[in-house]
Amino acid sequence: MNVVVCVKQIPDPAIPGQLDPQTHFMKREGKLILDDSDAYGVEMALQLCTAAGGGEVTLVSMAPNNETSGLRTALAMGAAKAILVSDDSLAGSDALSTAKVLAKAIERAGEYDLVLAATESTDGYTGFVPEAIAALLGLPSVTFAKSINIEGGTVHVQRQTEAGYDEVTSPLPAVVSVTAGVVEPRYPSFKGIMAAKNKPVDTLTVSDLGLSGVGGAAAGQEITAVDPAPARQAGEIVTDEGEGHLKIVQFLETQKVI
Amino acid sequence: MPLSTVWVHAENAGDKPKTISLENISKAREIAGNVEAWYSGPNAEAFAAELGKYGVSKVYAVDCGDSLPSIPLASAMKAEIDKGNAPDLIMFASTYDSRDVLGRLTVGLDRAAITNGSDVIVDGDTVKVGEAIFGGSQIVNTEFRTEKPYLAMFRPKSFEASPGGEKSAEVVAVDAPEKGKVTITARHEEERSGPQLEDAKIVVSGGRGLGEAGKYEMIESLAKLLGAAPGASRAIVDAGWVPYSYQVGQTGKVVKPDIYIAAGISGATQHMVGMKGSKNIIAVNKDADAPIFTIADLGIVGDVHKVLPALIEALKSR
Ligand SMILES: Cc1cc2nc3c(=O)[nH]c(=O)nc-3n(C[C@H](O)[C@H](O)[C@H](O)COP(=O)(O)OP(=O)(O)OC[C@H]3O[C@@H](n4cnc5c(N)ncnc54)[C@H](O)[C@@H]3O)c2cc1C
Ligand SMILES: Nc1ncnc2c1ncn2[C@@H]1O[C@H](COP(=O)(O)O)[C@@H](O)[C@H]1O
Repeated sequence: MNVVVCVKQIPDPAIPGQLDPQTHFMKREGKLILDDSDAYGVEMALQLCTAAGGGEVTLVSMAPNNETSGLRTALAMGAAKAILVSDDSLAGSDALSTAKVLAKAIERAGEYDLVLAATESTDGYTGFVPEAIAALLGLPSVTFAKSINIEGGTVHVQRQTEAGYDEVTSPLPAVVSVTAGVVEPRYPSFKGIMAAKNKPVDTLTVSDLGLSGVGGAAAGQEITAVDPAPARQAGEIVTDEGEGHLKIVQFLETQKVI
Repeated sequence: MPLSTVWVHAENAGDKPKTISLENISKAREIAGNVEAWYSGPNAEAFAAELGKYGVSKVYAVDCGDSLPSIPLASAMKAEIDKGNAPDLIMFASTYDSRDVLGRLTVGLDRAAITNGSDVIVDGDTVKVGEAIFGGSQIVNTEFRTEKPYLAMFRPKSFEASPGGEKSAEVVAVDAPEKGKVTITARHEEERSGPQLEDAKIVVSGGRGLGEAGKYEMIESLAKLLGAAPGASRAIVDAGWVPYSYQVGQTGKVVKPDIYIAAGISGATQHMVGMKGSKNIIAVNKDADAPIFTIADLGIVGDVHKVLPALIEALKSR
């Protein structure tokens, strides 16, 4: 059982995001970290390999400046190796470009049974990169998985829906995107962190992949204006000294809902 | 100049069109002379009759059988476009299925799509999509640099759903060139009583500040007293206190009630994008510096274990 996991490396989400004033591309300078959303995919992949009695987890990532810190975190969790695509021309890529790059990188990962991704990234959240990767690879795909079971050549997925969940089956290989909370991502052990330092990371450029027509120059969209959103009027803040609930009752009365 | 034809990917919920489908259709009617819909659920005739009330002239009905709709729908749309019957714009919704259809179609047409839109502006020959970024603090306008049909996906509650048409839409059955290999074998629906989260006039949400799963009961009692829908932050959904269908936020539901009460919720940007459009926001949090207070109309700095029980008592005794 070999699993490829797409892992995005993103700026620390605790730091407010910024657009480059000139290019309007999202700023991705400084140290990047493993997107929390992808930690679930990595954990799920490791568990599936264990359940299958063996196999390898390969990471695939597209990130600027040969960034590997997020990959090292996932390698420390137990992934075997990583493929990183890093190229200045990829700044400002749209989701379709990103999917093209990742699909090409996945083709270099050797034999695999399953590709995992998160349902959406924390900083981009277009949420269709996994489905687009599947389309490019000519594979079936299931999004919003909250549980995954493999039996023979078939994957059984509980897929989140608005009203509950559906049971869905697909032949392998397939691309599956997992929701947060499906599994509890492990913390890398000290041994894992040390081992991760020596695990192979294959770093490639766009021309290594033999791709053209991707990246910022090929983007099918352009940001033409950035404006602050209308701010909300600051409200009344009161400290509860036993009367806080009365303030709420009053407010509800003024709004005529009680 | 308005657009000539806009397609909307429309879905049903139970036996009614989804609110977001009606929202997108209503906007499409405003910007285009002709609005057509794509649909892959059961009872296309009844569905088309409903959509007709919102001004849709034609419903392309694709029979997906038990397959997930992304491959059948996207391949059918592409076939129609390849035949020369192309609209100016195709509107998708940020729902589970709609974004998958878009993911397949963006590859099928080899054409980029704009996602997470909250507005669409037709300005002469250019079409722009407005999108709120960074937790809704900034609005960016993005222009298409692709050929038509433009592909765009919109978030719920971006537009007002308003009827505008009296004729039933014509149903055209379309074959899907590709069916895909993913099969739905069973469906499970969680029981939920009371108003729907997306449509409720009042929403009461709880977060990690409640301390433990059992304390969510306070949110439910309060919701019941107010005729409100109970909601939640992702922290307590991930912790398994309440089902995912309760989640409000970027990866959950977008709500725009008259009153939103956030109890024990910090106000992470991903939560705020799902409730920032509420008319009035009341927050209860013991930390005076919690970000939720920056958007609250009424903020109570206090302990939910004191404020909520007192509030419940006060409402009960009215
Ligand atoms: C890709 C991605 C998507 C996400 N999507 C969503 C989403 O859709 N919806 C969502 O909600 N989150 C989402 N999140 C998670 C989000 O970032 C926050 O982690 C989450 O909203 C925090 O939930 P919380 O406010 O309940 O918990 P916390 O942030 O832990 O806040 C708890 C609050 O309770 C207060 N508190 C504690 N005890 C008490 C008490 N006794 N009385 C009163 N107050 C108390 C604390 O002061 C604190 O402010 C997403 C994250 C990512 C990365
Ligand atoms: N640059 C990237 N590198 C690796 N994986 C990515 C990248 N962009 C997107 N993904 C994967 O696709 C998922 C959905 O991303 P998005 O469509 O941007 O919301 C992410 O959670 C990742 O698993």
